[in-house]
Amino acid sequence: MPEASSTKLASTADFDRRDLDWYIDKVVQLIVFFAGISAIIFIIGIFVFITMEGLGFLFEDFTFKEFFLSPFWEPSDEDAPEYGILALIAGTASVTGLAMIVAIPFSLGAAIYIGEFATGKVRETLKVLVELLAAIPSVVWGFIGLSIMNPLIIDLFDVPVGLNVLNAGVILGLMAAPIMTSIAEDALKAVPDRYREAAEALGATRWQVIFKTVLPAAKNGLLGAVLLGVGRGFGETMAVLMATGHAVNIPGSLFDPVRALTATIAAELGETAVGSPHYQALFTIGIFLFIITFLINLTADLIVRGIRKG
Amino acid sequence: MKILRSTALPMAAALLLTSAQAVNAADRTVVQNKGSDTLVNVAQAWAEEYGKVDANVAIAVSGGGSGTGIAAMINGTVDIANASRKMKSKEIKMAEKKGQKPVEHVVGYDALAVFIHSNNPATELSYDQLKAVFARGGKATKWSDLGLSVPGCKSDEIVVVSRQNNSGTYAYFKKAVLGKKGKFRQGTLDMHGSKDVVDLVEKTPCAIGYSGLAYATDHIKMACISKQAGEACVNPSVSTASDRSYPIARPLLMYTNGEPAGEIKKYMDWVKSDVGQCILKNKGYAPTRDVSCN
Repeated sequence: MPEASSTKLASTADFDRRDLDWYIDKVVQLIVFFAGISAIIFIIGIFVFITMEGLGFLFEDFTFKEFFLSPFWEPSDEDAPEYGILALIAGTASVTGLAMIVAIPFSLGAAIYIGEFATGKVRETLKVLVELLAAIPSVVWGFIGLSIMNPLIIDLFDVPVGLNVLNAGVILGLMAAPIMTSIAEDALKAVPDRYREAAEALGATRWQVIFKTVLPAAKNGLLGAVLLGVGRGFGETMAVLMATGHAVNIPGSLFDPVRALTATIAAELGETAVGSPHYQALFTIGIFLFIITFLINLTADLIVRGIRKG
Repeated sequence: MKILRSTALPMAAALLLTSAQAVNAADRTVVQNKGSDTLVNVAQAWAEEYGKVDANVAIAVSGGGSGTGIAAMINGTVDIANASRKMKSKEIKMAEKKGQKPVEHVVGYDALAVFIHSNNPATELSYDQLKAVFARGGKATKWSDLGLSVPGCKSDEIVVVSRQNNSGTYAYFKKAVLGKKGKFRQGTLDMHGSKDVVDLVEKTPCAIGYSGLAYATDHIKMACISKQAGEACVNPSVSTASDRSYPIARPLLMYTNGEPAGEIKKYMDWVKSDVGQCILKNKGYAPTRDVSCN
């Protein structure tokens, strides 16, 4: 009996410590926990949602061969709808590819300058400006493509329309460059100074230090930066919708208009009847895009993590 | 006290006003009207004018496209759906399954003009030529294929401008010009609005496109269209669309659920009356019959 009462006493003492602060602490802990896992909940929720919406198409009108290998996209035809996304994939890939050709030298050069050469105020100013460049809304980039690049390309290259792979690729390259610069600069910063000191001690010039020591050491981080840029290119919608010319077409040259996967969803989803095969086909493109960007970002993340550990 | 009174007075007035409106709204019949962006301007003008004819009926108009209006008709959330294309047989079946009985009313016509750059020497185009330019497998990819040389278009390439594939304009042009089985060629520039088509063609010497006549500007040329090569061609205009002599004129439609009755019938009759048809004509579309407007 006395034993029981002593435990009771202990538990009341315990209870006494649970004052207001204790509860606030618990509540805040809970909120932070849910905020922390919310990203996972959202991503699973989104994946489940787009899969459910696209599922009907996957089981009925979807054939792997047509969907991925036919260049004909005409889902609104009443008698013989066509659901081929090959031309759309070619459009997205060509624009993203050109964007990388534009962005990689720019962002690498900028990262090397900011990380290895610039000092003091110049360095800080440049870093802020690069961040600022990353914050320009994509519709503004699209507008630049439409109203500045379009007449410029027509004048420079004597082509009939300036809304094409070249236009969208350059715009997208400029959009992706700031983010790639930031990440590439982080990767360069992660290379320990003793590498540079050792190289300089061996008599290497500044050029040799950067190209023979720092860049190889930062290789994985730089690759991660490029892959994130590719992911950005695949996912970008508004600027691409405005600058590509929005034509279902497998491009034969830089001056051919194309159409991107994302832009197709953006342009068509609003006016399709909910639940129709066209609507579901658009969601199936969504699933495809989701998987592609997920894989690209995952690979980039693994590569960047790899270098941190190794 | 002073402060209290000065705020309380307008507040009380506002309260009175809202309650008065609430009483009014209860007596009023609200007709939901939704759909085609081609028709939305006209529909809004009709709704406004009808407010003067019958103050007890309020017509709530919104756009969103023919597809949106038809979807709302299928789901039974709208009294009148506007459409610049006919409902597909699939859509009618879907509506009937859900207990709706869409009834079609032709409330006007819209000529689809074929636009070319003002430099373009072409004046008339036949259906065969349009097919050669617009259709998949069509033979004309260069202006010289049509026997034309366009100043300012050095590459000679025809830039075909079209619309996104769920637009009513796209569907009508495809059916009317390319035929039931016809499809657009690969690589057309698919614009998101009628105005975008006109803007692009206006700036591009090599381009050809189509859009509603109401979107025409002074800086663009419209081709005279003939159904057969050698036949006399017809220029797109309100009057040629009205008497159906212009070949690419599409009906502008309103769908009601079942034969209209009560206030909806009154409204539909008014829309088809001389007054309603004149409002449509003033917006640049063709009335269903000859009306004299001032």
